[in-house]
Amino acid sequence: MTFLGEFALWAAFLVGIWTAVTAFSGRWRDRPAVALAVRRAPIALTIVLWAAAIALWQGLFTHDFNIEYVYAYTSRNLPTYFLISAFWAGQKGSLLFWALVLSMFGALVQAMTSRRHEELLPYVAGVTSGVIVFFVAVMLFSGSNPFERLPFTPPDGRGLNPQLQHPGMVFHPPLLYLGYISLTIPFAFAVAALLARRLESGWIQAMRKWALLSWTFLSVGITLGMWWAYLELGWGGYWAWDPVENASLLPWLVNTAFLHSVMIQEKRGMLKRWNMGLVIGAFLLSIFGTFITRSGVIASVHSFTQSGVGYFFLGFLVVLAVLSFTLLYTRWPELEPDAQLEALVSRESAFLFNNLLLVGIAFSVLWGTLFPILSEAVRGTKITVGPPFFNRVNVPLGILLLALTGIGPLIAWRKASIANVRRQFVVPAITALVTLGALFGAGLRNGYSLIALSMAAFVLGTVAQEFWRGVRARGRLYGESVPVALGQLVGRNRRRYGGYIVHVGIVVYFVAFVGAAFRTTQQVTLRPGESVAVKSPFGSTYNLSFLGVSQYQALNRVASAASLDVTRDGKKLGVIKSEKRQYMDSFGRPTFQPSTEVGLLGGVREDLYVVYAGSVDGSERSSFTVHVNPLVWWIWFGGLILVVGGLITMWPGGWQAAPVTRLAPARESVEVPA
Amino acid sequence: MNRRGFLARGAGAGFALLLPQRPGRDSSDALKQPELVGQLQPIVSAQDNDPGIVAVERRLHCTCGCGLDIYTCRTTDFSCTYSPALHREVLDLVKKGGDARAVVAAFVSKYGESVLMAPAPRGFNLLGYLVPGAAVLAAGSILALVLVKRRRPVAAAPVPAAGAAPTPEDERLERALRELDA
Repeated sequence: MTFLGEFALWAAFLVGIWTAVTAFSGRWRDRPAVALAVRRAPIALTIVLWAAAIALWQGLFTHDFNIEYVYAYTSRNLPTYFLISAFWAGQKGSLLFWALVLSMFGALVQAMTSRRHEELLPYVAGVTSGVIVFFVAVMLFSGSNPFERLPFTPPDGRGLNPQLQHPGMVFHPPLLYLGYISLTIPFAFAVAALLARRLESGWIQAMRKWALLSWTFLSVGITLGMWWAYLELGWGGYWAWDPVENASLLPWLVNTAFLHSVMIQEKRGMLKRWNMGLVIGAFLLSIFGTFITRSGVIASVHSFTQSGVGYFFLGFLVVLAVLSFTLLYTRWPELEPDAQLEALVSRESAFLFNNLLLVGIAFSVLWGTLFPILSEAVRGTKITVGPPFFNRVNVPLGILLLALTGIGPLIAWRKASIANVRRQFVVPAITALVTLGALFGAGLRNGYSLIALSMAAFVLGTVAQEFWRGVRARGRLYGESVPVALGQLVGRNRRRYGGYIVHVGIVVYFVAFVGAAFRTTQQVTLRPGESVAVKSPFGSTYNLSFLGVSQYQALNRVASAASLDVTRDGKKLGVIKSEKRQYMDSFGRPTFQPSTEVGLLGGVREDLYVVYAGSVDGSERSSFTVHVNPLVWWIWFGGLILVVGGLITMWPGGWQAAPVTRLAPARESVEVPA
Repeated sequence: MNRRGFLARGAGAGFALLLPQRPGRDSSDALKQPELVGQLQPIVSAQDNDPGIVAVERRLHCTCGCGLDIYTCRTTDFSCTYSPALHREVLDLVKKGGDARAVVAAFVSKYGESVLMAPAPRGFNLLGYLVPGAAVLAAGSILALVLVKRRRPVAAAPVPAAGAAPTPEDERLERALRELDA
């Protein structure tokens, strides 16, 4: 099967080159048959790349340890679901996964795009195929071929890294990859629109849902990554501002900016250049993230093994940046806005400042990630840029962004009158002030936390008010009851109200992030039968009684499980269990250092998070790290809200684009003197 | 084994099963396979949880390459040999009367500036802290200026559509909302 895999890679390489060259050569304009063939080529690419993927999975499932990749990432006793995820656990497999998914997206976009945008599709096929060719070329020419064979056949593999043997790693990497990869489609449409000089807003309609899809995948992928880090890395947190984590945040931030500013282009025909720049930037940042992850140029615990692959990505990044921005420059005069902004206080301005902050935060994250390199280049001194730097720089910007999340929807399009502003701001502002007073009264004195929670209340007030106004309007229009009006309101205006639900998800994230400021950590050594009291930031007291350590064998590991009986304020909560796991190969030989599985008793208010550090003297007398992490549950809940909002926004049928004249100006708009 | 011996052993085994036991424990508390729980851990002392020590260690980078601060590394990566040693260094310096500033300075002079979790905000490193905020501030000011200068009088006529337009449903809702607000 490896022969088939190799053959499929070469076939994908050649078909991809043919597609890209034919699409960009421009000859298809006069030859419809060639254009049609170019549009069908992504299907051929998908077929051959599936053949390669099946060949690799076949090697993984049959334990063909003669294949270096199978040897390096699996063992005979690895559970089946991890044999599936081993496909993307290593550098080589993940490159193939990337090419495979992009080929499927490339084929889907050809099949699903409206005929109105037919002229763009051959170029889209050219761009997607070009990117696929790059990934296949990296596999074939940089020593990253997943089908590379060893000169001998080992009896068993090295096994999968224990930290990757977690359900989070089955779903987190592919979802994050889906987010990264699907950013290629908006980029392909942008390049196609620039090449075909179809620079009205039609291309945006063709790709907007792809940008949303990518945003949703990235959101879920990042959240699952936090979940995995929280449960598996054992330090009690979920985000450490690691370069690889930062790299995933960058395209998300820029794509979020685009999803806001694209509304201005759709409604007013403005920001065409800016939107092009954001689409190109988001894609380039996804490649930059891949470069960071694979180059080893910046130290990260999440990186793949250091290899020369990173420099292929750097070269690709530079070439793409030069080509796409040069193309944008040549079309600059054709991207004139159709209208001008009419007032400083308007929805458009709020969106612009929102964009500024999102891109500003992306810049500050990028700046912080690269600053060690810059500092070393300028001063010749190595420095570390860790969480204290990022928190100091980004927290104020994040709070400002949260405030704008609430302000934007309150301001009228085009120009807001004082009456409009006053009327719209009353409820959210009162909500924020009441929250501020209540928190202060409850004894909260942390400045950032007070501001962030008040701003969160402000945004929730805004969203609630928007829903209530919509429900009342529908009640007046159609005589609907509140539940019916609410359902109809969301169902018939999915983009708008789905967006508000996403805002609620973001607020929930911010509330959860505030909880991190009140985390407590304590180390303790206990004998069986001894107990320790741990204070919660909310004032209650946990009592942990150590029951002892049991050692048992599981499929591919020996686990040493330390159990503690937990009560809170005298009320029994249950038994918490943290493990040391020594993974073994099928011959019973240890494969990695013992790893730690955290014990968790989670709740809406806080998580009790226990880590078994190990034995102090070879007996059951053991040391533990005990964290109390407030509000972490809300991150996962916020992620769920985000996905629901994203799905509502994307769901077909709720919003139709049609080339007709738009809304009459809002009442507030005409009240204001010129 | 005779019948009496067999019955005695059987009864003994049955009795042992009835006794309350913790899993994996024998009478001596010794682990059956201590080598499977990683390296032996030190007994936690009061100083290990001292807020002052913890605060200092959170400012200092572990040199093992994990990317974590000393405190987080020593309470997370129990196979790391660097962070316990660095922790002992911190304790020694404190024992000698060093305050937080002195401990940090001693670490910087020994391990270099990269031992700080974030660079000190002075000299070139100050740029690192100021540039993002300054860039956002400058861009925001320019944006506000441009918006003030370029704004146009509001036209009474509808703006021609540049791209997508709202559905009749959107329009009905917008009208109703305006009536509601009036």
